Amino acid sequence: MSLLQLPAYGNARPWVRTAVLRPELGSLVAAALLFIFFSIASSGAMLEVPTIARVLDTAWPYGIIAVAVGLLMISGEFDLSAGVMVGTAGALLGVMATEWGMNLWVAVFLSLLVCLALGLWNGVLVVWTGLPSFVITLGTFFGLRGANVALSKHFTGDALIENIDDAGGYDSLHTIVATVFGTAPSDFRVSLIWWAAFILIATWILWRTKIGNWIFASGGDRDAARAVGVPVNGTKIGLFMLTAGAAWFVGVSSAIRYTSVQAGQGVGQEFFYIIAAVVGGCRMAGGYGSAVGPAIGALIWGIAFVGIPHAGWNSDWRWAFLGVLLLVATLINHIVGERVRTARSG
Amino acid sequence: MTSETTESPPGNEAGASAAMAGQSNPAATPGGEQIRAESSEPPVLEVRGLGRRFGSVLALDDVSVSLRAGEVTCVVGDNGAGKSVFIKMLCGLIAPSSGEILLDGEATEFSSPRQARSQGIVAVYQDLALAPLMSLWRNFFMGAEPIKGWGIFQRFDVAYAKQAMQSELEKLGVDLGDPDRAAHTLSGGERQGLAIARALYYGARVLILDEPTSALGVRQSGAVLRLIRRAAQRGTAVVLVTPKPQHAFWVGDRFLVFQRGRLVEDRMSETLTLESLSYLMAGGTEVEELESAIATA
Repeated sequence: MSLLQLPAYGNARPWVRTAVLRPELGSLVAAALLFIFFSIASSGAMLEVPTIARVLDTAWPYGIIAVAVGLLMISGEFDLSAGVMVGTAGALLGVMATEWGMNLWVAVFLSLLVCLALGLWNGVLVVWTGLPSFVITLGTFFGLRGANVALSKHFTGDALIENIDDAGGYDSLHTIVATVFGTAPSDFRVSLIWWAAFILIATWILWRTKIGNWIFASGGDRDAARAVGVPVNGTKIGLFMLTAGAAWFVGVSSAIRYTSVQAGQGVGQEFFYIIAAVVGGCRMAGGYGSAVGPAIGALIWGIAFVGIPHAGWNSDWRWAFLGVLLLVATLINHIVGERVRTARSG
Repeated sequence: MTSETTESPPGNEAGASAAMAGQSNPAATPGGEQIRAESSEPPVLEVRGLGRRFGSVLALDDVSVSLRAGEVTCVVGDNGAGKSVFIKMLCGLIAPSSGEILLDGEATEFSSPRQARSQGIVAVYQDLALAPLMSLWRNFFMGAEPIKGWGIFQRFDVAYAKQAMQSELEKLGVDLGDPDRAAHTLSGGERQGLAIARALYYGARVLILDEPTSALGVRQSGAVLRLIRRAAQRGTAVVLVTPKPQHAFWVGDRFLVFQRGRLVEDRMSETLTLESLSYLMAGGTEVEELESAIATA
């Protein structure tokens, strides 16, 4: 393993020091290697614009939520309800717009309030009970999984809610969240701009605001942070709400883009976000990571998802790939993490 | 007469006595203030009759001490002698069951370490409150991040943070190298240095150190002790708990010896030698008692 032979931090050139300390570096290298690999395996099909458009379109919904989940992970917590929350946001919007005749703008806003309340619920329960967030949000996951489908069926008679585009305000909302640039199959959605903006804002918050320092401190050493006056509980609750908000954005965007909502959607995707965050260099135990890393982790998933069929392989292999990816990424993070922890300045 | 009574803050002993003096002779009020000002170098922190009971166990009984600026006060004694209860009460971690704490002559109560800290009383514990994977400057300003800009553009002033930390460390003669390195990469002594520098930077007037040299080698212990002296020279009242007589003797101005929950000795360093201090720390009078008990049996 060449990674074990990384030069010692203290004696290294400045760029090596920076590289060792950048959490997302490993994922960036992995994404590049994977892209080159699939470009060769697909005889260049990977390099065509329509394929790249598909990669990005696959990656962004995971990417947006993964960035929030990454920040949450840095603060030392997990959210297993983030996937199913996408379904909650969409189903709420669908019921309110199609059954109750609400303007979509109102429905979008109310859906946001409900999601933020659910995030608040997760956060308050975690800090109040002191139980692992794994357990608390698993409870929320099952609760919502049942409620999404049951309530959709109760109000609409079906788990599939359609014709959202009949509601008022559809056109303006469609412009905001689903505008297309270019013509199919070389089409890019405006969602990519929202994703990029979210990555930039999250990076700014993490590295250049006091809240960012609180996020690192909360996950790095909770008691130490508390002892010097960091509002650890408030920071964590805020991040649970941010994660719920990210899920809301993805749920609402896809409901408006496809004009229909499957109430069961999002189930099982909570692990993709966590994998993307870990692959992107966020430390599972908290205290270390970045906002760009999880986004690159989601991009890797997009490359594999699109690349595997292009390479002519059975697309069932995607799941096996995801498993291997998680294992390798965690291993690399562990080694690099050790390097950072033992690095000595000269 | 009435105006003088209302001027003195309620519940303040000094104020109340001044008002009483005013009652006997209205013209003497300035004189009363004179008396208060006369006691040169008033103690930063003073405890009177401090005691703490845990159920039926008396952990600390009737301790009265004054801590002065620029003085290193060493708290020594056997395990269970009450020294850790004593310092925990000073920094607001444990509430006293009797007695009072006076800060600058005013009776105060600390409901939490955070509140004590806001009044300038800072305890640096063995865990040192550092997040291992965060950089030195992030740790230094943890919970007190310097801000520039306004509104949504308000941001962590990183350049200032690094520069302010470096200049504070330089003033104290602590060299930690690259401010971007993770706190985990510091040695034990360096970590103490960072934690002490941080406490002083935030205006600690009373710095409480709980066995800062317990896990350190000789060289690093020396560096930390020098840092403690420097902190005192800057006018901080330092309270040092240590089980090592050499360390205490080298750095201490004053020694408080605790035994079974009582303060049995309060000595200035001039009245002691390393031998007599070691004797006191090893149990002192307790050893004599033990010897005489054996002799009479």
